[in-house]
Amino acid sequence: MMGVARFWREIPQRYNLIGTKCSVCGTIYFPPRAICPNCRRKSAGKMEDYKLKGTGTVESFTIIRVPPPEFEGKSPYAIALIKMDEGCHLTGQIVDCNLEDIHIGMKVEACFRRIQEDGKRGAFYYGYKFRKAKE
Amino acid sequence: MRDVAIIGIGMTEFGELWEKSFRELVAEAGVRAIMDAGIEGEEIDAMYIGGMSSGMFVGQEHVGPLAVEVAGLEDLHIPATRVEGACASGGIALHQGYISVASGMYDIVVVGGAEKMTDVAGGSATNILASASDREWEAFFGATFPGLYALMATYHMHKYGTTPEQLASVAVKNHYNGSTNPKAQFKRKITVEDVLKSPLVADPLHLLDCSPVSDGAAAAILAPVEVAKKYTDKLVRIKASAMACDTLSLHGRERFDALPAAIHAAKKAYEKAGVGPKDIDLAEVHDCFTIAEIIAIEDLGFVERGRGGPATEEGITSLHGEIPVNTSGGLKSKGHPVGATGIAQLNEIVLQLRGEAGERQVKDAQIGLTHNVGGSGGTAVVNIMEVI
Repeated sequence: MMGVARFWREIPQRYNLIGTKCSVCGTIYFPPRAICPNCRRKSAGKMEDYKLKGTGTVESFTIIRVPPPEFEGKSPYAIALIKMDEGCHLTGQIVDCNLEDIHIGMKVEACFRRIQEDGKRGAFYYGYKFRKAKE
Repeated sequence: MRDVAIIGIGMTEFGELWEKSFRELVAEAGVRAIMDAGIEGEEIDAMYIGGMSSGMFVGQEHVGPLAVEVAGLEDLHIPATRVEGACASGGIALHQGYISVASGMYDIVVVGGAEKMTDVAGGSATNILASASDREWEAFFGATFPGLYALMATYHMHKYGTTPEQLASVAVKNHYNGSTNPKAQFKRKITVEDVLKSPLVADPLHLLDCSPVSDGAAAAILAPVEVAKKYTDKLVRIKASAMACDTLSLHGRERFDALPAAIHAAKKAYEKAGVGPKDIDLAEVHDCFTIAEIIAIEDLGFVERGRGGPATEEGITSLHGEIPVNTSGGLKSKGHPVGATGIAQLNEIVLQLRGEAGERQVKDAQIGLTHNVGGSGGTAVVNIMEVI
């Protein structure tokens, strides 16, 4: 079992998609970064919190059929590389649809879901998953 | 900087070696390399040992002194350093050993790698391997290690039209090569149909698109070329050794159809060696998954971008093709004890360059290359060796 603090400190990012924006060049990052790779030292101390809209496009995907122990019993499930509308990429599950309907170029939106639990008696961990975007 | 030669190689058999412990594997590979080099233990100045996760696989960190003790070198108090870069750990050990000899700091250096993966159950191995990805932003959400390469495969297929049959042809070729390698975990030939009929692990990758969980260790002895001449007349020189890093996560990269770190390491290695892809006679590349070899031969410039699949199907990379790739059987068939892989690749290239590869010998091999990748491409090491 991991310490709960490890998950608690990521709550703003995982619950509300809070990333960072470089106030020097304006690039938006998710997951958050402490240094902008474009501006490097000029960006130190100048990265600001930035909330993503939660909408994006599937760039690639796979169906996980052999899951890790934390996801035992949950397979098959879809994992995708998603390009967020702000330009950054992240990795997340696609839910609420037939796995066969997932395709590259599909528009998706973030939803709040349980991701995993720490054993039978441990904490539940929540965060973002994605579903087909409303038209 | 001094020229560096490889004066000895040695490795264990790769496989599910239930009767052998982690330290026995380290000892066996080390002793074989020392015997091959014909050196005495007291001539060794330093050791670099690559290992991904002995801590999680067998509950043992602090591998440096373990290696010193199994080699019986504690009275000499030689410095031994464990290096870690996931599946590229062995390649990094070689890179560090090369730097230490080339710089003039040490003369005789042992580089090695070891992993004992089958003491844990299958699910635990999946979890441990996921630690080579981004735990907080990939694995937490359910991405597995095969899953990340599957994302690259889906992307490559969509962009270039690469087919499942082309992916499978990598596994078929590597199993054919491995069937001639006495050290290989799988010495069984397979067909494209076998691959496509095997269960899906992470679409589009089937079980037989994936390298196995393995136990094994490998070692090599480095020395300055001038010193090396005392020990052997079959001299193999390290023409270049280059390492490059990228983001830990796949989603952080600038592109998903290539491994930018591997492109960068290859460019540095080619420049340093003064050669290009056309000059390479054979290569051992990091085929942890079939898609990884297709991307590797593109990143290394052996084929044009997007041509990796058709080129493999056409036999360009087969044992008697234009550029034989993974004559040892690769990670796919020889086995992939992660920390040992980079040094096992070196073992194969040295065997081939010495003309000692037997049934799978590549004719007139003069220049060989190794390409060792950590994680989904966060680390890459490319080494170029030649006969002198």
